Amino acid sequence: MNSKNLSAIGYSLLLVGLLLAPMLGAYPVFVMKLMCFALFAAAFNLLLGYTGMLSFGHAAFLGGAAYVAGQSMKVWGFTPEVGLLLGTLSGGFLGLIVGFFAIRREGIYSTMITLALAQMLFFVCLQAPFTGGEDGLQGVPRGKLFGLISLKDDLVMYYVALAVVVAGFLVIVRTVHSPYGQVLKAIKENEQRAISLGYDTNRFKLLAFVLSAALSGLAGSLKTLILGFATLSDAHWTASGHVVLMTLVGGLGTLSGPLVGSAVVVLLENKIGDLGEFLARVSGIEWFHTLGESVTIVTGLIFVVCVLAFRRGIMGELIAWMARRRAGSAAK
Amino acid sequence: MEIFGVSLPAMLSQLLLGLVNGSFYAILSLGLAVIFGLLNVINFAHGALFMMGAVTTWMAMNYLGINYWLMLVLAPLVVGIFGVVIERLLLRWIYKLDHLYGLLLTLGLTLVIEGVYRSVYGVSGLGYDTPELLQGATNLGFMILPNYRAWVVVASVVVCIATWFVIEKTKLGAYLRAGTENPRLVEAFGVNVPVMITLTYAFGVALAAFAGVLAAPIYQVSPLMGQNLIIVVFAVVVIGGMGSIMGSILTGLGLGIIEGFTKVFYPEASSTVVFVIMVIVLLIRPAGLFGKEK
Repeated sequence: MNSKNLSAIGYSLLLVGLLLAPMLGAYPVFVMKLMCFALFAAAFNLLLGYTGMLSFGHAAFLGGAAYVAGQSMKVWGFTPEVGLLLGTLSGGFLGLIVGFFAIRREGIYSTMITLALAQMLFFVCLQAPFTGGEDGLQGVPRGKLFGLISLKDDLVMYYVALAVVVAGFLVIVRTVHSPYGQVLKAIKENEQRAISLGYDTNRFKLLAFVLSAALSGLAGSLKTLILGFATLSDAHWTASGHVVLMTLVGGLGTLSGPLVGSAVVVLLENKIGDLGEFLARVSGIEWFHTLGESVTIVTGLIFVVCVLAFRRGIMGELIAWMARRRAGSAAK
Repeated sequence: MEIFGVSLPAMLSQLLLGLVNGSFYAILSLGLAVIFGLLNVINFAHGALFMMGAVTTWMAMNYLGINYWLMLVLAPLVVGIFGVVIERLLLRWIYKLDHLYGLLLTLGLTLVIEGVYRSVYGVSGLGYDTPELLQGATNLGFMILPNYRAWVVVASVVVCIATWFVIEKTKLGAYLRAGTENPRLVEAFGVNVPVMITLTYAFGVALAAFAGVLAAPIYQVSPLMGQNLIIVVFAVVVIGGMGSIMGSILTGLGLGIIEGFTKVFYPEASSTVVFVIMVIVLLIRPAGLFGKEK
C-alpha cells in the first residue's frame, strides 16, 4: 500500500470519526474547541513548516479576529457567516501589517518583531473601550446562519463548525500542493537560490503571512461564535507559544502534524489533573495532586523534550518510519 | 515652572522612573546580546532568570535573614550557577541547529521555571523593603530624588560600563570577541571555547539576576514579573541591533527615558511606545540603530 492511499484512509477515518463524534457521546463544545485549535495550528504550520518563518505573534491574529467577529455579531448584529468573514479579513489585514515588518529582518529578529507587534496589539486590546479589558468580550450571540438556521443547538453548531474547519484545512492543503506552495518550499530550503531564479521572495513570504493570519483569524472568530466570548488570553503571547508547541509536537511541515499535535496538547491540558490524581494514587507521592494546577510546567517540559529529542514530532517520526520501512522492503 | 503644561518636578520624577526602567532594559538587553554573540541563542528565559534573581533575594531575606547588600552578590552567583547547569545540560545540544530551536528550548525553560515558582508563591506580589541605607529621598532644590531609584540607575550604569570595559578593552574580552567571530580558530589557538561558552551564559544570566535584585524593592516581586518585561527587551534588542555592547546600553536607557516622557504627555501609549519606535526604526533602518547592514 503506498503512502498516498494510507493518508487518504487516515483522513477519511478522521472525518467519519468527527461526523459521528456527537453520537458517540463526545461533548460537542469540547470537540469544536479542539477543531478550532487544529485549524489554528494548521494555519500556523503553513508559515513555519512550509515557508520556514517562525512567527511568535499568531495570538494577535487569533485574538484580534475573535474581538472583531464578536463585536460585529454582538453589537452590529451581523449574521454568523458575516462575522466569520469579517474576522478572517481582519486576521488577514493584521497579518499584512505584521508580515510587512517581520520580513524586513531575517530569522530570529523577524520572530522577535512578530512577538513585539503582537504584544502591542495585546495592550491595545487591554485598553480599547470595546474589548471589555480583562473580562474580554462577553455574551456574543450565536445567531442564525444566513439569517435562517439557528445555531443555538450545539449539534447544529457542531456540523457548521466542522464544515468551516474542513474548508479551512482544504485551503491549506491546496495551497501547499499548488505551484505557489512549491515556491514557498523553495524559499524555505534556500532563499538565495529562489531569488536567483527570479522569484520576488518577499512578496511570496508576505502572502504566506497573510494567508496564515487570515486562517488563524477564521479559527479565532469561529471560537468566539462557538463559545460566545472573546478572551484577552487568546491575544496574549502565551497563546502564540501554545500554537508553536502544538505544531512542534505534531510535526513541523507535515499536513497532519498540527491536527495530531493540537489534539494531544489540548487533551493533555484538560486531562492532566486526572493524570496527576492517578499518579498520586499509584506512587503515593502527594505532589502529583497539584499537577492539575501546574499545566505550564508540563507544557514547558514537553517543549524542552521536543526540542532536544523529538524535533520531527509525532507525524514526522511516523512518516520517516514508514519511509524507512518502505526503503527496507524495496532493498529485499 | 511648567513645560507644556506639566510641572517640572512632575516631569523630572517621571523621567527618573523612565531612567530606572531604562536601566533594566539596558542590563537585560546587554545580557541577551552577550549570550547571542557567542551562543547564537536568543535567551527567552532571561525574564524568568530576572524574576529568579528577585525572588531569590526575597527568599533569602525571609527565610535566612540575608540582607539586600549580600544578595547583590549572592543572587547573581546562585542564578549564574543555575545558568551553568542549563547550558551544560540543555543548550549544549542545540548549537548546531536552527536559531529557532534555541528560542523554543529557552521558552520551554521559562514556562517550567515560572510554573514552579507560581506553584509555590501564586501570582500575587511579595513585598520587599527598601534597604535602610537607601530609604527616603534627597531634596535637590528643583526636585525630590528618591534615594533608591538614584541608586538603581547608578548601579546599573556602573555594571553596564564595567561589562563594556571588560569585553572591549581587556584580553579576556578579546578572546570573547574572537570567539564570537570564529570559535574554531580560537579553539585552535588553545582557548577552551566550550568552557568560555558556559561561563558567558552564566555571566549573561547573572546580569539578569543582578537586575532582579535591583528590582526587588521597587517592582512587586512575583513569579510573573519577567514575563512582559522580556518582550519589551526583545523590542529594545531589535531597535538597537545586537552587534554593539554600547549600542544595547544606550538604546536601553534611551527607550526608558522616552517611555517616561510618554507617561507624562500621553499615558495611554506608555506601554506601547517602545513597540511603535521599533516599527519606525524598522522602516528607516532595518538593521537597527547600531546594527551592521549585511
